Amino acid sequence: MDSAARALGAEDVVAAIRAEAARRGVTVDIARNGSRGMIWLEPLVEVETDAGRIGYGPMDAGGVAAIFDGGPSLGLVEDLDWMKRQTRLTFQRCGVIDPLSLPEYEAHGGLAGLRRAIGMDQDAIIDEVKLSGLRGRGGAGFPTGIKWDTVRLARADRKYIVCNADEGDSGTFADRMIMEGDPFCLIEGMAIAGIGCGAVQGYIYTRSEYPDAVAVMRRAIAIARKAGVIGPDVMGSGRAFELEVRVGAGAYVCGEETSLLNSLEGKRGVVRAKPPLPALEGAFGRPTVVNNVISLATVPVIFEKGAACYADFGLGRSKGTIPLQIAGNVARGGLFETAFGMPLGEIVQDLAGGTATGRPVKAVQVGGPLGAYLGVDQFDTPFGYEEFSGQDALIGHAGLVVFDDTADMPGMARFAMEFCAMESCGKCTPCRIGAVRGVETLDRIAAGDGAAVALLTDLCETMTDGSLCALGGLTPYPVMSALRLFPEEFGAMKGAAE
Amino acid sequence: MRHSDPTADDITTLIETQMHLEGPLLPIFHAIQDACGFVPESALPLIAGRLNLTVAEVHGVMSFYHDFRKTPAGKLVVRICRAEACQSMGGSALSAAVLDKLGLDWGDTTADGAVTVEAVYCLGLCACAPAAMVGDTLIARANVPRLERAMEGAA
Repeated sequence: MDSAARALGAEDVVAAIRAEAARRGVTVDIARNGSRGMIWLEPLVEVETDAGRIGYGPMDAGGVAAIFDGGPSLGLVEDLDWMKRQTRLTFQRCGVIDPLSLPEYEAHGGLAGLRRAIGMDQDAIIDEVKLSGLRGRGGAGFPTGIKWDTVRLARADRKYIVCNADEGDSGTFADRMIMEGDPFCLIEGMAIAGIGCGAVQGYIYTRSEYPDAVAVMRRAIAIARKAGVIGPDVMGSGRAFELEVRVGAGAYVCGEETSLLNSLEGKRGVVRAKPPLPALEGAFGRPTVVNNVISLATVPVIFEKGAACYADFGLGRSKGTIPLQIAGNVARGGLFETAFGMPLGEIVQDLAGGTATGRPVKAVQVGGPLGAYLGVDQFDTPFGYEEFSGQDALIGHAGLVVFDDTADMPGMARFAMEFCAMESCGKCTPCRIGAVRGVETLDRIAAGDGAAVALLTDLCETMTDGSLCALGGLTPYPVMSALRLFPEEFGAMKGAAE
Repeated sequence: MRHSDPTADDITTLIETQMHLEGPLLPIFHAIQDACGFVPESALPLIAGRLNLTVAEVHGVMSFYHDFRKTPAGKLVVRICRAEACQSMGGSALSAAVLDKLGLDWGDTTADGAVTVEAVYCLGLCACAPAAMVGDTLIARANVPRLERAMEGAA
C-alpha cells in the first residue's frame, strides 16, 4: 500500500490476483505491506514460502497468471543484492509487515524499545540517545540527545514533541515510506521522546501532498491509542502521551522548524528568529522538541538494540545509518539504508546503475532543492555530514537526484531561484527580494550578459550570509554549484565564476 | 465535495468540529475546503469571530498557503510535479504538453469548468518520476497518454 507502488499500478495487480485466484479456485491470503524501497521493482509481489518470500516484479495485471504458474521470479527478496547490502535498522520492518498490524509490529521487534525506556529514568533515556550519536536526519544534523536534554531541563507546565514530517524536498520520500510502511515505529519513537522529555502531547505535521501517509498515520494512531501504546497511560507506565496528525497546506517553507510551529499554531508559516530556540519556546510558547520523522523513527531501534550497537555503524561524527533516497534519472531508484560513509559514486553508478536514459551522469543534486549539485569528479566523496560540508555541499535529508548529460544547468539554477521566490515566507529581505533578483540576473546571463555572473555571485553571498533560515540561506548552493561545475554553460569565463 | 456555496450555518458547524483542537485555524480551513471545494469569502468573518481574530488576520493566514482556494476549482484537478527529480525525467516537457493540449496556463481551469491544472512541488514519487495526481489518483512514470487515460477515467 505504499503510494509509489500504488502510483505504479499496485491496485490493478491486487485486483488481478484476486480474479486469477477465483478463476483457478485457489485461496490466496493477500497482505498489503509498505515498500521495501526497491521502487524500480514496484509493484513488487512477494509470495510467502517455507524458504522465505519469493519476489515477482515489476508486476502488472498481465503478469499475474505467471505467479500462479510458478513462472520466473526474482528469487528470495532478502537475497537480492539491493537488500543484502543494506543495514536496515530504521527501515527493518518497512515492506515486511502489515503497517497497521500491531501484533506483527511487536513480533518484529516493535515496542521493545518503548518497554525498555519506560523502565528508565529521564536522564538515562536522554543519555542513551546522546550515546547513540543520533543527529537530526532532517538535514541540519544537530545532536538529537542534546535537543531532548534542553527540553527535559526546561521548566514549563506543558511540553511538546513535534515531528517534522513536512518532507517537501524533491528526491526525498523516506518520511513518506515510514509513515505508510511502518507508522507504529514513528509513534513509538515519539512516545519515547515524550517520556524522556516529560512532554504529554505530540504532533506530526505533514503535507497535504501525502494523503496516503496522512490516512495511514491517523489509522495507526487510533489503533495505538486503543491498545494503550499511547494515551493517558502509556503501556501501563502511568505516564500520558497523546498524538495528533496535522496537515499543512502546500507551503514548502513550513518544513523549516519555526515556520512549521507557526503553521501548527494556526498562523502564517513565517520563520521566527532564533533565539529563543524552539527547545525553550516552541509550539504555543512551550518547550518543544522538533525532530524529523527519520530521527524519531530511529529511536525505537536504538532502545531495542542499545545505543552502542547503533553508534558502531557510521563514519567519524556521522554515526549510525542513513536512508539514502536515490531518485531522478536512475536505472534503479529507491531507498537504501546504509551506514554513513559510502562514496557518492558507488551510490550513483553501482547501486542506482547509472541513469535511466542510459546517458552519462552529468550532476547529482544531494539534499533537495537547497542542496548543491555535485559532479562526477566529486564521486569519491564519502556520504557524511562533515565530508559533504567539505565539498560546499550538504546531505540534507539524504535525497539524491541524478541528472543525465542533457540537463540544462542554468535552467536548474534559475529554477532554484524561482522556487525560492515562490516559497519565500517574506520575513527577511535577502530571501524575499534576493530570489527575485536572482531569477532576473540568471535571465541576463542567459541573454549573454557575462558581466552579470559577478553580480549573481555577490547576490548569493548576501543571501547566504543575510537570510534568516535555510530557504534563502541555502538556495545559493544549487545556483553556485551549478555555476562552479559548468561555467561554460553560463557563458562565463571560468575565472569569473571563482 | 459539493462545490456549492455553503450557508453561514454550514460554515459555523464546520468551524465547531475543529474547535477542540489547539491552534484550530488550519484544520478549520481544511474542513471547509474538504466539504465545499473552496473557502468562500463569507466564511472569513465567521472564523474571525469565533477565534477572536480580525478578518485581516484570517485572510492573511489563508492567503499564505497555496492549497486554500477562494473560488471552486474545475471538476477534476490535475496536479503535475515541477520539482527537480521530475524535471530530470522530462517532467517539464510533460507539463508543457498537457497545458498546451488543454490551452491552459498553470492554475487555470478549462472554459467548461471540467479541468484545472496545477503545479505541485513533490509528491514523494521521486524514484519513479515524473509524477502527477489526477483527482485522488497518483500516477508515477507519467506520460501524456497515461494522464489522458486517467483524466478520461475520472471524468
